[in-house]
Amino acid sequence: MAVVSPPVTLLPAEAPLANAEVLRIRNDFPILGTEVNGRPLVYLDSGATSQNPVSVLEAEQEFYEQRNAAVHRGAHTLAVEATDAYEAARAAVAGFINARPDELVWTSNATEAINLVAYAMSNAAAGRGGAQAERFRVGPGDTIVVTEMEHHANLIPWQELAARTGAELRFLPVDDEGALRLEGATGVITPATKILAFTHASNVLGTINPVAELVRLAKEVGALTLLDACQSVPHLPVDVKALDVDFLVLSGHKMLGPTGIGALYGRSELLNAMPPFLTGGSMITTVTMERAEYLPAPNRFEAGTQRISQAIALGAAANYLSETGMHRIEAWEGELGARLVEGLTAIEGIRVLGPRAGLPRIGLAAFDVAGVHAHDVGQFLDEQGIAVRVGHHCAQPLHRRLGLTATTRASTYLYNTTDEVDFFLEAVAGVRPFFGAR
Amino acid sequence: MATNLEQLYQQIILDHARERHGSGLLEKTGPGSVGESHQLNPVCGDEITLRTVVDGGTVASLSWDGAGCAISMASASVLTDLMEGLERDEAVRLIDAFREVMRSRGTIPADEEVLGDAAAFSGVSRYPARVKCAMLAWVALEESLLAANS
Repeated sequence: MAVVSPPVTLLPAEAPLANAEVLRIRNDFPILGTEVNGRPLVYLDSGATSQNPVSVLEAEQEFYEQRNAAVHRGAHTLAVEATDAYEAARAAVAGFINARPDELVWTSNATEAINLVAYAMSNAAAGRGGAQAERFRVGPGDTIVVTEMEHHANLIPWQELAARTGAELRFLPVDDEGALRLEGATGVITPATKILAFTHASNVLGTINPVAELVRLAKEVGALTLLDACQSVPHLPVDVKALDVDFLVLSGHKMLGPTGIGALYGRSELLNAMPPFLTGGSMITTVTMERAEYLPAPNRFEAGTQRISQAIALGAAANYLSETGMHRIEAWEGELGARLVEGLTAIEGIRVLGPRAGLPRIGLAAFDVAGVHAHDVGQFLDEQGIAVRVGHHCAQPLHRRLGLTATTRASTYLYNTTDEVDFFLEAVAGVRPFFGAR
Repeated sequence: MATNLEQLYQQIILDHARERHGSGLLEKTGPGSVGESHQLNPVCGDEITLRTVVDGGTVASLSWDGAGCAISMASASVLTDLMEGLERDEAVRLIDAFREVMRSRGTIPADEEVLGDAAAFSGVSRYPARVKCAMLAWVALEESLLAANS
């Protein structure tokens, strides 16, 4: 009898990813086999948007080819199948972060999810939602707290909420290396604080923030918490119950899904007490010419025809990630991130932002090249097929705090190899000589 | 190194990006009217403040303060060399000529007789994302000439 070695897929889920398996994973992503400027694409911009595996692309196509119908309305067979697929996707994404399906609201993106909460609070402040919406009312004398490292998406909606309601926006500062300074936190997070909104993993620094500590500070003063998990949910196991946050937002296209879909997680009792943001069809029970009654969450926040195919594709993305194993992805990207930071730090004239080599970070490194502007760095790398992000990465206040206007950022995902990181590092070493930087 | 990159970053551009003629805003001392313009590219954060003194229909002096990529800084430097001493109308004509080249996606080569060192930026027009970098100082001059006129 022939001895057949077990297929790689039968390896225990705990086995860490390795280059050999990553090479196999890459075959699931058609775009990774393409060329840019005559060079094989080295995609190191997953922090901006990730690429899609075939299963995600097929899920969207299959929906349009075989099940396309409006969901939660109509009694015909297609409508039932579409609704089933749509709700199965909700269950998949909710399960992916250990939430219940009715705690997961679809949004267009994470930005909309944050705006949803901010506008719901604004509507509560305007008197909507009755007595049960009391927790969400903000006004003069109240504070809204964010951190200095936020993406603009988790800053500007709160600036606007403060401006609309008369509340004050305050922030937790970062130190010269970009780490959150918590020693004065109790002077910022006070009994006047209604909500604390902060990022789980910084899209610029790669830092993973101390969620437990911040949630404890918020709970002590009765403030709500909102976690921006755009850079964490795609890259490490996230459990909303273990994190104990009130709200969490995620972005579909950063976790192998399509654009146009994101989600808001909220504790069930909070979502059902919160006034709606967008209103219209599909979120109501009884409507008269004068007023309307609203459905329970999540539907009360999903007015109008929804992003059905995108939601279904995001469900497929969550399944792809689950099957690969989030602990394994986290470990692999930790390795890639460490290789990035160590390699970059060793190049003369490179300043890496965020935690020093040896300290925990996600697979992402933003850096400044002495004497060369980030745009020129990006152009130089692009010529070699390397895609990175350049600019302020939607975090102008953080860049200003660190004394910079623009940086270059390389960000990895499960499909990147150590060879790609090495190729990138070699290319970066050529930047200053090419531009004659002194 | 790839030829595309060398075509984009010609030596003249790299030199001007380091030397930066006209960098450092000058206070007006002599006669003439002053025009100033601040331009910002929100995509990358490049910015420039450019000051022009127009005296008797001539661009008497030009100075600027800016931060940005090699293309935008070199462009401001080349612009300074090219424009000082020109008739105002001639300056406007050159700005239009430069803009036409930049917007051409590589189809209109710059006339070195007309644009001098600025012809080195021809390669930029093939990179739509970088055209704004090259144009930043030129738009600032265009606006400051209008401001000096009013």
